[in-house]
Amino acid sequence: MTPGKIDSEQVKHLGKLARLELSPEEVADYTLQLEQILGAITSISAVAADHIPPTSHPIPMENVYREDIAVRGLEINDFASGAPSFEDDRFRVPRILGEPG
Amino acid sequence: MTTEYQAVFAEFEPIIGLETHIELGTNSKMFCSCSAQFGGDPNTHVCPVCLGLPGSMPVVNRVAVESTIRMGLALNCSIAQWCRFARKNYFYPDMPKNYQISQYDEPLCSDGYLDVTVPTENGPQVFRVEIERVHMEEDTGKLLHAGGAGRIHGATHSLVDYNRAGIPLIEVVTKPILGTGELAPEIAKAYVSELRDLMRALGVSDVRMEEGSLRCDVNVSLNRQGEGWGTRTETKNVNSLRSVERAVRTEMVRQAEQLRLGELIILETRHFNEETGDTTSGRSKEEAEDYRYFPEPDLVPVAPSESWIEKLRGTLPEIPSVRRARLQNNWGISEFDMQSLVNAGALELIIASIDAGVQPSAARKWWTGELTRVANERDCELEELTVTPADIAQIEGLIFEGVLTDKMARSVFEGLLDGEGNVAEVIDSRGLVVVKDDDLLVEAINQALSESPDIAEKIKSGKVAAAGAIVGAVMKSTKGQADAAKVRTLLLEQLGVKE
Amino acid sequence: MSDLTRQSAATLASAIARREVSSEEVTRAHFDRIAQVDERVHAFLHVDPESSIARAREVDQQLAKGELLSPLAGVPIAFKDLLATKGVPTTCGSRILEGWRPPYNATIVDKLNAAGVVSLGKTNMDEFAMGSSTEHSGYGPTHNPWDLERIPGGSGGGSAAAVASFESPMAIGTDTGGSIRQPAALTGTVGVKPTYGGVSRYGIVALASSLDQAGPCARDVMDTALLHAVIGGHDPRDSTSINEPVPDVVAAALKADVRGMKIGVIKELKGEGFQAGVLERFNQSIEILTDLGAEVIEVSCPHFEYALGAYYLILPSEASSNLARFDGMRFGIREDDGKDRSVEEVMSATREKGFGAEVKRRIMLGTYALSSGYYDAYYGQAQRIRTLITRDFAYAFSRVDVLVSPTAPTTAFKIGEKLDNPLAMYLNDIATIPVNLAGNCAMSLPIGRAPEDGLPVGLQIIAPPMADHLLYQVGSALESALADRWGGLLISEAPTL
Repeated sequence: MTPGKIDSEQVKHLGKLARLELSPEEVADYTLQLEQILGAITSISAVAADHIPPTSHPIPMENVYREDIAVRGLEINDFASGAPSFEDDRFRVPRILGEPG
Repeated sequence: MTTEYQAVFAEFEPIIGLETHIELGTNSKMFCSCSAQFGGDPNTHVCPVCLGLPGSMPVVNRVAVESTIRMGLALNCSIAQWCRFARKNYFYPDMPKNYQISQYDEPLCSDGYLDVTVPTENGPQVFRVEIERVHMEEDTGKLLHAGGAGRIHGATHSLVDYNRAGIPLIEVVTKPILGTGELAPEIAKAYVSELRDLMRALGVSDVRMEEGSLRCDVNVSLNRQGEGWGTRTETKNVNSLRSVERAVRTEMVRQAEQLRLGELIILETRHFNEETGDTTSGRSKEEAEDYRYFPEPDLVPVAPSESWIEKLRGTLPEIPSVRRARLQNNWGISEFDMQSLVNAGALELIIASIDAGVQPSAARKWWTGELTRVANERDCELEELTVTPADIAQIEGLIFEGVLTDKMARSVFEGLLDGEGNVAEVIDSRGLVVVKDDDLLVEAINQALSESPDIAEKIKSGKVAAAGAIVGAVMKSTKGQADAAKVRTLLLEQLGVKE
Repeated sequence: MSDLTRQSAATLASAIARREVSSEEVTRAHFDRIAQVDERVHAFLHVDPESSIARAREVDQQLAKGELLSPLAGVPIAFKDLLATKGVPTTCGSRILEGWRPPYNATIVDKLNAAGVVSLGKTNMDEFAMGSSTEHSGYGPTHNPWDLERIPGGSGGGSAAAVASFESPMAIGTDTGGSIRQPAALTGTVGVKPTYGGVSRYGIVALASSLDQAGPCARDVMDTALLHAVIGGHDPRDSTSINEPVPDVVAAALKADVRGMKIGVIKELKGEGFQAGVLERFNQSIEILTDLGAEVIEVSCPHFEYALGAYYLILPSEASSNLARFDGMRFGIREDDGKDRSVEEVMSATREKGFGAEVKRRIMLGTYALSSGYYDAYYGQAQRIRTLITRDFAYAFSRVDVLVSPTAPTTAFKIGEKLDNPLAMYLNDIATIPVNLAGNCAMSLPIGRAPEDGLPVGLQIIAPPMADHLLYQVGSALESALADRWGGLLISEAPTL
């Protein structure tokens, strides 16, 4: 697989990874658009050499911590009504097929 | 089993590796201020952060970082000068954000070792397990599967409790452990046991294995003599010391059988069945998720200063192996006795009992005697029994006060082990109280004497040995709730006889 | 006081403080205005006049008791719908959150409540702040008050339009690549993106965590300064929040003086792709700044040409992860046909239905960029470009105090014009994106109307991290010079609707 080259199989795989139930039209659209967008931005791969350090935080900071003190959080009434399905004080979710990570 | 197991080594050499997740015993969660206490009513230890509500943001718990550094130091690791958290992206309903905040290629601690002792025919042998890394991450919520007998397969739906989501975890990963030979299962068990003792000694976790606060992923591969490393399997979520040992053993036997049949071992995750001791196939690594790790942008780097690390080094306690040698000396027991005590998983329980006020000899007696017998009978770990060091301290105290006899104490243990409640409740429900009221005892003695006037005469005539029959009768009439020695004293007093 | 909705926040605040007018009256006047024009502008997604007015009454009582809340007490405000507001619908412009009421407030919402500022409601935006036109809202586009056929910019088009149409004296926006500044430019209002970490992000639904920053929107520089002063400052709940005092932005706005300052014009941001009328107004403003006593020089930021590419890798990557939690399990809608579908299927169906095209496009792009095998080529490389851009800024700021450029390459375009061309849409943020990549602060200020279409043009002022006060010092100097020429603010020329 070459960076920047996208086919519909890859788009379907990405849809699965991202949990998006893509329609065939969307698969076709995204295949085209992703390739276009990536084509327009591949110029960046030539610019910065490996010796340039990556920036993950725009403002360099370190060692930000919270003291280990427990505080009461939310009450069930605060979030239960906002949940699509709630039962026995728990979030109800449909049956699970796969395994966790 | 033994021969089947031994046959493995005619052709193969095992390589094992262990990834151990342990919940830290902090007050609050890894990235928010919710209580990190085990259990609680469902969804009562939650807030916008650990529920993953939109807009919420994590803030790192200082003590969790310190605990990890201390663990790293105790495991002889180097501590990173600068490292970051990373997001591990995958969808699963027990994970509120659908990514786990973990560490990826920049662990806080790396390259250490842990020496473990295993019993062999030639006496205890020390084996060095090398540590690849120790890193921090957060736990997931708890799923309750409805329908389908509580298992995920066949369930109609699941219910999620996020109390556990966000509890700090440390993950300790070993390097591939080579050269174990037949001792692989024992070394795996001894390693996890030593790791647990170390965490307890450091006070970073009380490692309640019965609550699932230590979870092990066991990697096993076999290589044919003289060939390269074989394909490994990863058996997930092995949650007790015994299971670690069994999982290594059964997986070795299974792989050897496969290989002998000319079949390939598939790179896959496997599940351990606690009941049968078997492993079953899970997800193949080919269909494994692509976790799309990247540095967690909501958190800033962890960059422990030299002085912070040194300060933490200063808080390290005596390490367990040194402590064991000291205790062995203090208690005046042999290395063999000490080792069997450790193997039985009784050491920490004995120490905890002593800390709770029990005499060392009594603590050893209970844990290595009666309770070890029950644990073996029930095929479980000592610490899984429903008897705590505090219970023993209480019972010993009652014996000392004369409220319980030794025999009654055994009955209390029985009650505790059968889940009849706490010490007071068991004593109450089983009616186990020594009759201390002298008047009542005297009444019972007189009753017994009047029923056996001949014996009364014998005693009066100086045949004190005959007193046993009366004492026995009194014990019977009080349903064993009297102190026999006391009865004897009162009886002789009644008859005006001296010993 | 004549028409309450035409007053600045500062004027309203002092009138309320002097008890010449009540917060309730001011709040009611704004709801009257909303009722009158919002059907056409569609700046708001949610209003609740009854509870807003009740809150205004409370503030009036507190003021009557002499409890001075803040320099903005009693003044109404509008919140971009990306901010969590306790018990108040928060949709982020997305159908996936339809009906969701958060159980908590964003930190800046709490701060504004404590300051006695009265919320009017939640404003429209591109879904999850992805867009430059507000056309990507799941609830229909917002219209530019200057020309209802045109877009107000985005993603914070609702906040900018609410301010420009006099529906609210001020608003909160968020800016990931220009979402405060570009709408400000297109609607003739003032918008500021503070230094990254200068304003708490807690409770602001994350688009790209390393780029997002909330900031003030208003009709003049002083109002944005007053608002900035209230919302800024350290928040222990945001680990990336800077633990230092907020620069004195109000004093800087009062100072309004550029004499002796060095101002750099960014060479790379004034040529190709910029509309003629935009450049004409920009050049005129440079002359004014020179007349006011600033020394203007040209500076080069050679890596800015790669900013857009880096941005469209970093943003989708972070967004793909940030938006993973919208899965229909704990909040928001769930797409479940009841036919015993698995959790995997229900999550996928919910996300497919709940997210719009642009959001899905960027999630796909980000998932791709973070995938194993591509991380170094894309995300890693983009983070290196980020370093180069930060170095460009550092070099430029070693020579000048602030930098300037046009905020957006064009004036407001027609609704629908660029909807089918994502790349053309992305180019709207060409001048604003480098600032987010480096974490600097920047302001967009109205500098007149383009001769060819009569639509507002904005000038962007950029200052180094934690030098936000310089934006206000330069901005207010230029603003008052322009007001002297025009006999008032540009916004007073906007159609009355």
